[in-house]
Amino acid sequence: MSTFSINRRGLLKGSAALGAGIAAPTIFPSYAWAASYTNEPTGSSVTLGFNVPQTGAYADEGADELRAYQLAVKHLNGEGDGGMLSTFSSKVLKGNGILGKKVEYVTGDTQTKSDAARASAKRMIQKDGAIMITGGSSSGVAIAVQGLCQEEGVIFMAGLTHSNDTTGKDCRANGFRHFFNTEMSGAALAPVLKNAYGTDRIAYHLTADYTWGWSQEGSIKKYTEQLGWQTAAAVRTPLGAGDFSQYLTPVLNSGADVLVLNHYGKDMVNSLTQAVQFGMRDKQVNGKDFAIVVPLYSRLMAQGAGENVKGIFGSTNWHWSLQDEGSKAFVKSFGQEYGFPPSQAAHTTYCQAILYADAVERAGSFRPSAVGAALEDFEFDGLGNGPTLYRGFDHQCFKDVLVVKGKENPTSKFDVLEVVEVTPRAQVEYGTDLLGCNKGPFNDGA
Amino acid sequence: MDVILLQLLNGLDKGGAYALIALGLTLIFGTLGVVNFAHGALFMLGAFCAVSLSAFMGLEKVTIDETQMTAWGTPLEVRTPYIVDWFGSAGEFMLDFSVPLSILLAIPVMLLVGLIMERGLIKHFYKRAHADQILVTFGLAIVLQELVKAQFGANPLPQPAPETLSGAADIGMALGFDPHTVVYPYWRLVYFAFAAVVIAAVFAFLQFTTFGMVVRAGMADRETVGLLGIDIDRRFTIVFGIAAVVAGLAGVMYTPILPPDYHMGMDFLVLSFVVVVVGGMGSLGGAVLAGFLLGILQSFASMNEIKSILPGIDQIIIYLVAIVILLLRPRGLLGRKGVMET
Amino acid sequence: MTTSTKTDTLLLWVFALATLFGPIILAPFGAGYPDLLQKFAIFGIFAIGFNLLFGLTGYLSFGHAAFLGVGSYTAVWSFKLLSMNPIPAIILATLLGGLFALVIGFITLRRAGIYFSILTLAFAQMSYNLAYSVLTPITNGETGLQLDQADPRLLDTAFGIEYGAALPVSSLFGLDMNQTWTWDFMGWEIQLNAGFYVCAVVLILCFWIAMRIFRSPFGMMLKAVKSNQNRMNYTGLNTRPYTLAAFVISGCYAGLAGGLMAVTDPLAGAERMQWTASGEVVLMTILGGTGTLLGPVLGAGAIKYMEQIFSAFNKPELLDFFSFLPTAIAEPLVSVLALFVGEGWHLTLGVMFMLIVIFLPGGLMEGFNRILGLFNRRRGAAGKHPAKTPAAAE
Repeated sequence: MSTFSINRRGLLKGSAALGAGIAAPTIFPSYAWAASYTNEPTGSSVTLGFNVPQTGAYADEGADELRAYQLAVKHLNGEGDGGMLSTFSSKVLKGNGILGKKVEYVTGDTQTKSDAARASAKRMIQKDGAIMITGGSSSGVAIAVQGLCQEEGVIFMAGLTHSNDTTGKDCRANGFRHFFNTEMSGAALAPVLKNAYGTDRIAYHLTADYTWGWSQEGSIKKYTEQLGWQTAAAVRTPLGAGDFSQYLTPVLNSGADVLVLNHYGKDMVNSLTQAVQFGMRDKQVNGKDFAIVVPLYSRLMAQGAGENVKGIFGSTNWHWSLQDEGSKAFVKSFGQEYGFPPSQAAHTTYCQAILYADAVERAGSFRPSAVGAALEDFEFDGLGNGPTLYRGFDHQCFKDVLVVKGKENPTSKFDVLEVVEVTPRAQVEYGTDLLGCNKGPFNDGA
Repeated sequence: MDVILLQLLNGLDKGGAYALIALGLTLIFGTLGVVNFAHGALFMLGAFCAVSLSAFMGLEKVTIDETQMTAWGTPLEVRTPYIVDWFGSAGEFMLDFSVPLSILLAIPVMLLVGLIMERGLIKHFYKRAHADQILVTFGLAIVLQELVKAQFGANPLPQPAPETLSGAADIGMALGFDPHTVVYPYWRLVYFAFAAVVIAAVFAFLQFTTFGMVVRAGMADRETVGLLGIDIDRRFTIVFGIAAVVAGLAGVMYTPILPPDYHMGMDFLVLSFVVVVVGGMGSLGGAVLAGFLLGILQSFASMNEIKSILPGIDQIIIYLVAIVILLLRPRGLLGRKGVMET
Repeated sequence: MTTSTKTDTLLLWVFALATLFGPIILAPFGAGYPDLLQKFAIFGIFAIGFNLLFGLTGYLSFGHAAFLGVGSYTAVWSFKLLSMNPIPAIILATLLGGLFALVIGFITLRRAGIYFSILTLAFAQMSYNLAYSVLTPITNGETGLQLDQADPRLLDTAFGIEYGAALPVSSLFGLDMNQTWTWDFMGWEIQLNAGFYVCAVVLILCFWIAMRIFRSPFGMMLKAVKSNQNRMNYTGLNTRPYTLAAFVISGCYAGLAGGLMAVTDPLAGAERMQWTASGEVVLMTILGGTGTLLGPVLGAGAIKYMEQIFSAFNKPELLDFFSFLPTAIAEPLVSVLALFVGEGWHLTLGVMFMLIVIFLPGGLMEGFNRILGLFNRRRGAAGKHPAKTPAAAE
């Protein structure tokens, strides 16, 4: 930005109070009102901000997200094979950037820490002039950055975040989520668990002791108890416990015949690996085969658990083995670029970038309130999850949810999960009153 | 009763790991007086010796099968490890036992790493303030882990235990419990035994060899030993190498329990310092005792019965115990006067 | 080493001017945007406070992040319950940070050396673990404590200040903390931010107080504790009250820094209390120069700059930058450099720690002193002053 500009909101209020003159009058040139919203693109290009974990436990997921973003930028600018643009139901994107402006991007490291994520998002907004922030690999970070984008007046397209709160209690008008949540995981998993394990089961939960874990535990409990399952105990484990043996041994003689691991990332890898070592996959309890369930699967992390995932159920947002046209186009495009298939993190972030660009194009403006209005209640198809709705009430996407199982005979190191069932969207939809979202008005910034 | 027994086993197993990591750290303290923040990184390097060996043995012959396609439209690559291709079932056995075999790789590698580290860097920091030692070793730890990350990525890499040791043993049967009530993974039993052997070996080495005697004398009074014309510095270099090997072996054998990633050293760093300090700086016996004590207390604090009375106690028990012990016993459990107090 | 009042006054003036003109001075380095400037000032305060304990008494605390976290939570709660005005938030944050330090200091200062370090570390880790999990009703755990439209804000309500449907912004009697004026200055976009200037004024004040403490009899006493505590005790003097006072003061600084973090960005997360955050301030202080007045601020700036600027580079940008070179040279050069930026910025950090502590034991300040020394020596050779080796401390 080389123009003179005043770019924060509340100026009217503030400048009146400021009359006393903290700032010199030269700072207020007459054409300072050029920008009417935060980081309005004025040149021939537009800058997007990709905020992904580059260090810490989720660095590999972050790297995959970044690959997907770079691919999306290529496709938006008309390079490469166009990926899912050709299968996307909305046809307004023409491969000439967004609204004719070439797409450029800046990157930042969230470090999977709220403070660091906000700092790098602020850098991209304040210094690099990013018009939209997207990415991330945990709910804490997503909620923190979403709050920031609301304050700064830019759109936030959430990356991988699975907690209900992102579009529930902590929802914000400027924030949008394509990924699914724990509520949908519970609704999608329950029927499959019923088919596989019956209605007479006793579950034992190990839950990561923070908001996502609690929300996951609550959803699974709710839906499995509706099936008639009992819950023997729900034990909280510290985040990053490493060795879970002291939480696993009480499971052995608790009378429970299902172990639910409400863990993600490294916690999931460790607790699952160790549970299998304790013989839980081969155990018999109450005359039934003991079962382990991992409600949220990530293919990247499942690779870390190796052989131990075999036969274990979980849910996921998307998987590269899907055979619809959109998924096939995306896997082809990504695979040819990088030599391996994309993860669900890559898929959701690619979709978010495309959906944002499409909404801008349809709105005819980068103004956050206009883009947001274009995304609200937008129905689309062809992005790998079947017909999808971006619900206007809480900015949550509603789409089919995949129930997957660790594959018994993987053909490659990427082939660790198989899709057991595609739970239709109607089954995972919930009412607007369930999660209590009060998102407030859009903020356009300046 | 079976629950208590299982938690005791968990505690011993955890304690073995804690003790093994803390042992090298306290050895370096006691002999060299150096606060080594890179010790966690040595543990991590050990674990990646196992990763490297299995990656090396897993090197695959790639044949391209033109008849099949991947999902992204390139010909499918069929991979067979060379080692299986060449040695058949012996190769398969070696692949299966790659973690224990990594010990053979880790000993020379970690010794070398330790010697280079001491000669190249730590040597120059004997007389510097502890704060400087912390900064330089912390910097080194970051460099090491970032290099590992650049090579192996950030995701955990599974290192399964050998097939025959991957199940769980029904040890309760031998003690008169009902079948299937007290089962414990073979590998954890192996780890405990391994820790005990290594700890005993280090003690025996220091106790019963001339080398060990000189080192112990040096720990007590470095100056006098130097005045006697003994080249204590060279011996201390070797001690540093031994400490690195112990940390590395702890890492190698821990990989089947905790799939290693580049950050695992940092995760253990704070804990190992707490163990060392609770045991008493520079006290080998103290480190072992504190390791087991903290491991067992942590296991019991995690029981539902205790957590329901004191929520969150399992999150803080280690630190709580450390505070109480340090307030009651100023130099930790078995610490000597005057070590690291200024 | 005695320093005349004159030099001190000069140093204070230079420091104040450099701080106030920060947005202009740092703009050419890509660091002149509000968030990073605020972070410079806030972590500067944090590190100055830490140095008052570590630099003067030699007690190495590994738990200072806990006080910062307490300050942040206090400030956000003050926004939620009392008023969006930063003044009560800052005052309460400072007080609570100090109070927390008093309790922890009272217990931990019974021990010295590494035992003290581990005790403080243990307290801080307990605070972090609890804040992340069981204390969620107070701290909002993983998500972090945030503002809400529905917060009571009793004082604001009493004075009839309304914020409407949007989220409120912390505001100093009508001056919004996130307000920024930008203007073009010789091709650079200068951003003057209200929140930064609040932080800057506090930083200058904190610097002045630290300077007064350094030069006071109390400061001398603390330095005596550092050089030989036993001797102090033998003279019949109880040093505990002095060290405790230093601990509480530095706790107040940390609480204040935490409060300012919430003022500029109203969110408080538990990660602020993690041991790595405590370690960061230790590194800032040592990196800048322990026991010097200016060093900690420089160290804080260096680390925060690296974190934001080095992590922002990515490979395409590097390729672009070296596009003037032939591909055969540019490609390998970029692949080597890429290790150090973007996702590899930690590597740069680690290498920098090692290089500085190996070659500049007194931190960045020693580097500056050496450069000054070179300059003086050259002048000294011509004139009458004999060359003098610069001292690491001060």
